[in-house]
Amino acid sequence: MDSRESTTSRTDDAGVEIPYQRFRPKRYQPRMSIFWWIHKKVYLRFIIRELTSVFVAIYAVILIVKLNALLRGPESWEVMTAALATPFSIVLHVIILLFVVYHSITWFLLAPTATVVRLGRKRIPDSAIIAVNFLMWLVLSVAVGWIILAV
Amino acid sequence: MESVTLQVLRYLPEEKSEPFYQDYDVPFQKKWVILDALNYIKDHVDGTLTYRWSCRMGVCGSCGMMVNDQPVLTCETFLETYLPGPIRIAPLSYFAVIRDLVVNTDDFLGKVKRAKPWLITDELKPVTEGEYRQTPDELKEYKQYSMCINCMLCYSACPIVGLDPEFVGPAAVALAQRYNYDSRDDGHGQRNKILMDDDGIYSCTLVGECSVVCPKAVDPAGAIQRYKVTGAVEWWKSVVMPWKSDK
Amino acid sequence: MTRYGPDEHDVLIVGGGGAGLRAAIAVAEANPKLKIAVISKVYPMRSHTVSAEGGSAAVIKSNDSLDEHAYDTISGSDWLCDQNAVEEFVNEAPKELLQLEHWGCPWSREPDGSISVRSFGGMKIKRTWYAADKTGFHMLHTLFQTTMKYDRIHRYDEYFVTSLMVDDGRCQGVVAIELTTGKINAIAARSVILCTGGCGRVFPYTTNANIKSGDGMALAYRAGVPMKDMEFVQYHPTGLPFTGILITEAARAEGGYLLNKDGYRYLQDYDLGKPEPKPVLRSMELGPRDRLSQAFEKEHEKGQTIEGPFGPFVHLDIKHLGEDVINEKIPFVRELCLKYENIDPVKEYIPVRPVVHYMMGGIHTDIHGATPLEGLYAAGEAACVSINGANRLGSNSLTECLVFGARAGKAAAENASQGKSFSRNLEAIAMDEGRRIEKAYLSNRSGKTKNSESIVTIREEMHQAMKDGAGIFRTEKSLKESQNAIQELQDRLLRTSIGDTSYTFNTELTSAMELSYMLDVAEAVIQSALKRDESRGSHQRSDHPGRDDDKFLVHSLAYKTEKDLPRIDYLPVTITRWPPGERIYGR
Repeated sequence: MDSRESTTSRTDDAGVEIPYQRFRPKRYQPRMSIFWWIHKKVYLRFIIRELTSVFVAIYAVILIVKLNALLRGPESWEVMTAALATPFSIVLHVIILLFVVYHSITWFLLAPTATVVRLGRKRIPDSAIIAVNFLMWLVLSVAVGWIILAV
Repeated sequence: MESVTLQVLRYLPEEKSEPFYQDYDVPFQKKWVILDALNYIKDHVDGTLTYRWSCRMGVCGSCGMMVNDQPVLTCETFLETYLPGPIRIAPLSYFAVIRDLVVNTDDFLGKVKRAKPWLITDELKPVTEGEYRQTPDELKEYKQYSMCINCMLCYSACPIVGLDPEFVGPAAVALAQRYNYDSRDDGHGQRNKILMDDDGIYSCTLVGECSVVCPKAVDPAGAIQRYKVTGAVEWWKSVVMPWKSDK
Repeated sequence: MTRYGPDEHDVLIVGGGGAGLRAAIAVAEANPKLKIAVISKVYPMRSHTVSAEGGSAAVIKSNDSLDEHAYDTISGSDWLCDQNAVEEFVNEAPKELLQLEHWGCPWSREPDGSISVRSFGGMKIKRTWYAADKTGFHMLHTLFQTTMKYDRIHRYDEYFVTSLMVDDGRCQGVVAIELTTGKINAIAARSVILCTGGCGRVFPYTTNANIKSGDGMALAYRAGVPMKDMEFVQYHPTGLPFTGILITEAARAEGGYLLNKDGYRYLQDYDLGKPEPKPVLRSMELGPRDRLSQAFEKEHEKGQTIEGPFGPFVHLDIKHLGEDVINEKIPFVRELCLKYENIDPVKEYIPVRPVVHYMMGGIHTDIHGATPLEGLYAAGEAACVSINGANRLGSNSLTECLVFGARAGKAAAENASQGKSFSRNLEAIAMDEGRRIEKAYLSNRSGKTKNSESIVTIREEMHQAMKDGAGIFRTEKSLKESQNAIQELQDRLLRTSIGDTSYTFNTELTSAMELSYMLDVAEAVIQSALKRDESRGSHQRSDHPGRDDDKFLVHSLAYKTEKDLPRIDYLPVTITRWPPGERIYGR
C-alpha cells in the first residue's frame, strides 16, 4: 500500500501537464455551452416556447396600458386607440395572437400532466382532460366574440 | 452489415487532462445491445475501456450512457437501431466524469436523500398488528412513481440540471411523490420544505424530456407538475388560513 | 480519534443487497451506539436482489400454517436442510415481510386492502407475497430508501473487498480498494457480515448479474471458513436462451404451460402429475425447480426440445392467460420478452431453457448467521444456514435475505457490543495485501511484465469446464475433467498480469480478482460434488442415481488447503419433526 501522495509530472500530447495526484484523480466536469439548445430539436422547441412567451407578457403589458388609458378619461383613450390602429400595432397584435394560440395549445396539451381528476374510483383519461380544456376554450372564445360583435 | 464503429468518449485522468473520442470497430450481431458491443471491446480489443454494468436486464440502473446524444440504458438498446453507424457513446451528460463512461453518482444520491424517500408515519403501528390496509386503487396512486430504478437518465435529459447543478432534479421529486401519494404516509409536510425551496420544483421549466427518456415510464415531469399544483395550493392555504397550514 | 480514524466500525456489512441492508437496519435498531458501515462494490440499489421477480414466501393467510411452509421447504430440499433452521425461518418470515410492508414496500393487494399471495413452485398453499413481478426490485429499493433514514449507517459505495483481516483468531475487518481512487484501505470492524450473494457467474448461462462472482464466499473460504453444500447449484427452468434473463416462476404460477417441440406438456412424463388446464399446486409446472430442469435435460436427450442458435429450448406458453392478467400480474415478463426477444407473450410462445440461478450452498453458518470464525457472519445467498438443502423453493430466498439478514445483524451487534479492541497490526496486514495485489495482478505497473494471457480466455474456459462437468447431470468422469481444468486455470491466472495499470476505476483489475474468486468457488463446487456419490435434489450423479440417506444425509463442508484440493468434511443434518421421506409431486 503506497499511501504517499506522489505527483506524476507527465504531460499529454498537447504538452499540457496532467495534474494527476495518486489516489486523487481529477473529475472532469463538462461545461454547458451557451448554445446548448441548438443541437437538439427538443431543446430548440423548448427554447422557442420559452422565448415566445415574451409576446404573451407584452400583451399583458398592453392590456394594463389600455386599462390605464381608460381610467384617465376619454382623451387618453382616444390617443390609445389611435396608436393601436397603426400598421405596426396591427402586425404586432397578429404576431401576439399567433403565439398566444400556440401557447394555449401547448398549455392545454400539458394540462393532464399536472391535474389528476377522478370520477369515483376511475381516473379520467388524459385525452378527456385535454378535450375539456379545448372545449372550454372554444366556448369562452365564442362567448367573448359574441359579446364584442353584439356590442 | 459486417461491422459497426463505436466512437467512445474516453477520459483517463492519469494520462490526459481532457476527454477524447476513440473509435472501435465491433462485429455486428443482431442480438447485441450496445452493452454487448462494449463488452466485446473490453474483452477482445481494449481492456482499459471502463463503464458500469450489472444485471443486463434493465432493472439495476447501472449502464446508462449517452448514445448519439440521447440518454439510454445500454443493456436494452440494440445496436441495430443505430445502423449503419458510427455510434457515438459518451458518459451521461452533466455529471462529473470519473473515468471513461463512469460518472459520479454521489451527488444524485444526495439529492434523492434530501427528498426523504422513506415512509413517514405519525403513529407507528406495531408489526404484530399486521399490515396497513391499502386497496389496489390506493396502490395505483403511487405505483408508477415507485418504479424508478435510479438510472439517472432523466438528469442527463434535463438542461436545468446542467444549468443549475443544485436543482433537486426529476427522479428525486418522483420519489418524494411516491411517498406523498402513499396512503400509509404522513410525511408530506416534511418533504414540502425541500421540494419548495430555491432548488426545488420551481426550477423546473417543463422541458419534459425527463419523462421521454425514462425507461420505466415513471413520468417524473408529471410528478413535478403535480407538485407545483399541490405546492401552490399549500402556499395559498398558508396565506389565507395560516392557522391551518402544515407544520 | 482512534488509530484507524474514520475507518473503524463496530459492524461492517459487505454487500448492500437485501440481506446486507436488512442486517444494517437490524444492527442500527439493536444498539443505537454502534457504528455501522455497508461496503459494496456497487451502489446498493444496483445489487442483484433488484432482479428477483416472483415473490417472497411467508405464512399470512388463515388457510395456511407454519408447519405446511416448513414441510414444503424441507421436502423441497430433499431433506438436506436443517429443520431447526427452517422452523425459525418460517416462524420469523411473516414478521419480516410485515416489517417491510411497514417500511413502505408496495406489495400487491386484495380488493379489501390485505396482502395478496400467489402460488409458487413446490408450495402446497398460496403463500408467496409479491409486488407484481418486480418483488426484489421493490424490496431492495424499500430497504435502501429506509437505510437513508439512519445517518449512523455509513456507506462505502464502490469499494472492492480484497480480503478479510484476520488476526488473533478473529475477523477484524476487511481490506478494500476504493474504486474511484485506487487506494487500498484497511477498514476495521468488530463484526463483519458477508452478504455478497451467490456466484452464478461461474457458469456461462445464468440469470445472475455480472457482479455475482462469489466474492464473499471466496473471502471466507480463503480465511479458513468452510463452504457448505456447494455441490447444490440451482438451475431455473425458465431463462431466455441467449441472455439467460429470468422469466419468473410466477408466469407458471399464474397458469403458464411448458411445451416441448410438439406442443406437448412434457412434465407429465416425469412423475410431476397430470396436466390440468388450471395450475395445480405442487404439480406439473408448479413442481420444484430441480425436477423441472432435470425433466428438460431428459426431454432433450429424447430429442424433443427445439434446437436454437444458443442451444436447445422449450416453449413457455402464457397466451391463454390473456392480456389483462399478463399486464396486471406479470408485466415484467412481457416487458422483458418484448425488449430482448422481440416477441409478445400475449400472442406468442416464450423460448426458455434451464439456466444457473442460485447456489444452495455457501459460507457455513449457524442459525444466527455466525461462521466458525469469530467476528465473521454471513447471510443471504452467500451463506448456507441451511434452509435450502439440496434444492431451494422459489420465493424462499428473498425471505431468507430478510430473516437471516436480521438475525445475523443482531448477532453481529451483540458481538460488537463487547467492544473488543483491535489488533495493532491491521495496517501492516493491509500493506501486505496491497503488495500481494500489486505482485499478483499489476506487475505491468512496474514494467515487470509476466504472461500477458487475457483473463477473458481463462474466464471462458472456466465457463466451459463448469458447464461440461458440473451441469444438471454429473458423473465422476465429467467432474474430474472439470477439476483438472479449474486447477490449470488457477495456475494460469497466477501467471497473468493485466493490461490496465491505472489507479482510477480499474475494472480490469476487479474482473481479474473476481475471476480468482470464482475459480476458488468452482474448486469447492467440484470437489464437494465429486465426493457426494449419490443423487439428491439438484445434485444428480448419473453414475450414482438415487438418494443414499445412510451415507449422505449430511452437509458437505469444503475447507481450503494450501496447495492441494479442498478437504471435504461432513456434518450431520438436523432433523426435528420430519423424518426423510419420498418427494412426491402431482400425486
